[in-house]
Amino acid sequence: MNILKQLKAQYKKILLDYILNQNESNLYIGQNLIKQLIQKNVTPEDVIGIHKQAIEEIYEDLPESISHAYDFLIELMVHFGLKVKEHQFLLLKQEEMRIEMDIAAKIQNLLLETTIPTPELLDIGMVSIPKRKMNGDYVHFLHDDENYLGVAVTDVVGKGVPAALCMSMVKYGLDTLGYANSNPSYVLEVLNKIIEKSVDDSMFVSLFYGRYNLNNDIFTWASAGHEPALYYRAKENIFYDLESKGLLLGILPEFKYIQHDVKLEKDDFLVLMTDGVTDFRKLEEFDSRGYIKQLAVSYSRLSAQQMCEEIYKDLERLQDFNLDDDFTIVIIKK
Amino acid sequence: MLDETTVQIVTELDIVAARQLGRNEAKAIGFNKVDQARIATAISELAKNIFLYASVGKIIIKRITKNGNSEKGIAIIAIDKGPGIKDVGKVLDYSPAANNGAGLHAVKRLVDLIEIQSEIGMGTIVRIEKWLR
Ligand SMILES: Nc1ncnc2c1ncn2[C@@H]1O[C@H](COP(=O)(O)OP(=O)(O)OP(=O)(O)O)[C@@H](O)[C@H]1O
Ligand SMILES: [Mg+2]
Repeated sequence: MNILKQLKAQYKKILLDYILNQNESNLYIGQNLIKQLIQKNVTPEDVIGIHKQAIEEIYEDLPESISHAYDFLIELMVHFGLKVKEHQFLLLKQEEMRIEMDIAAKIQNLLLETTIPTPELLDIGMVSIPKRKMNGDYVHFLHDDENYLGVAVTDVVGKGVPAALCMSMVKYGLDTLGYANSNPSYVLEVLNKIIEKSVDDSMFVSLFYGRYNLNNDIFTWASAGHEPALYYRAKENIFYDLESKGLLLGILPEFKYIQHDVKLEKDDFLVLMTDGVTDFRKLEEFDSRGYIKQLAVSYSRLSAQQMCEEIYKDLERLQDFNLDDDFTIVIIKK
Repeated sequence: MLDETTVQIVTELDIVAARQLGRNEAKAIGFNKVDQARIATAISELAKNIFLYASVGKIIIKRITKNGNSEKGIAIIAIDKGPGIKDVGKVLDYSPAANNGAGLHAVKRLVDLIEIQSEIGMGTIVRIEKWLR
């Protein structure tokens, strides 16, 4: 209260100075005072009230009509004052939500942490970078013995919290399936049913599931609307697209997914990715898959992990370090 | 002046009458111009809600004191037998994005206390208080 009185006196003095001498420094001092007033939660109508009082004290013979005009302005400014309060309130809310989001993101990262398995005969690498705090991509490996390796690469259509929650369901679906030797078509059919039942209609999940037989090097895959993986056959120096037509998960509960096989040989490798890797919104005409193939071949002497990292760096640079989407790439080398 | 006055809200003009009465009372109690404007604004919102949602009702304006008359204030009570408010907590807690920043949510910021009693199909009582500082 006393501080406010002091500020009012200051206001009057600065106003008087300005009335006598319209120089810039008085205006500057006035603005500094207003900043202090704002900090004390003084509203626009308060400021006009302070101004009116100062004017009435400076001009003792002020016509009453002018005082009325100030009252009119005070009345109207009450609503601006409410807007200011609303704004401050929303800023506080926003900060609260930011803190909650940070915590949620941390929990999500813990829940959806991917450990890359290290089977003796394969070299596996992975990079997964979220665009925002919460990752809409997820990679899940299953490796229970030295016979099979299962890998799922998922992308939830949609971003942020809803996508993250949906992803947790996919993870628990995969955890429940449990065995690395499950058929990819079976895995997709089970997940499809879970998601169809429990997730909002507006939420879609694309998933590429592969199973690597470590005994005979046969890779079996099925896809639910996911970006086709790349298969590099070293002997021919050619890439094949591992396509498979299947609906996104969560659309049709009884959908039958088809699986396919390919046999890997020495120096062959697989590139699994999400569409965040291949979609360059800023470079529409660009043959991104062709470019990724070139990159992959040029880095093919590196370890799988290094390949992923180098490809990420290249694509990030190409898009001015501002990717449009979550970015996930997995490379499996024989 | 009486300790308590009532304005029946039937037409939109009655909203103006309630504002006027509240302002006069606030002035008599000793509120400054800025607080008078705030009190009139709060009354306006309550009266407008009666007019819009309950069609008819009344606004009671009261002088109040506490701590053995050493503190003075004003209370406004808006009473109607209209449809009632479904979720009182929500109405006080947030304003819809499209709102012009007024409403009960804003009234809360203009006064020291707001209490809402409402029952679906029975009516609504809103009580607000503002104390002279
Ligand atoms: N007296 C009342 N009787 C029944 N419902 C009410 C009453 N007062 C408010 N409500 C309900 O509560 C809601 C919120 O009221 P509030 O005054 O906060 O905002 P508003 O009237 O919708 O918008 P604004 O007041 O900004 O024009 C109203 O939309 C209305 O449904
Ligand atoms: Mg209203």
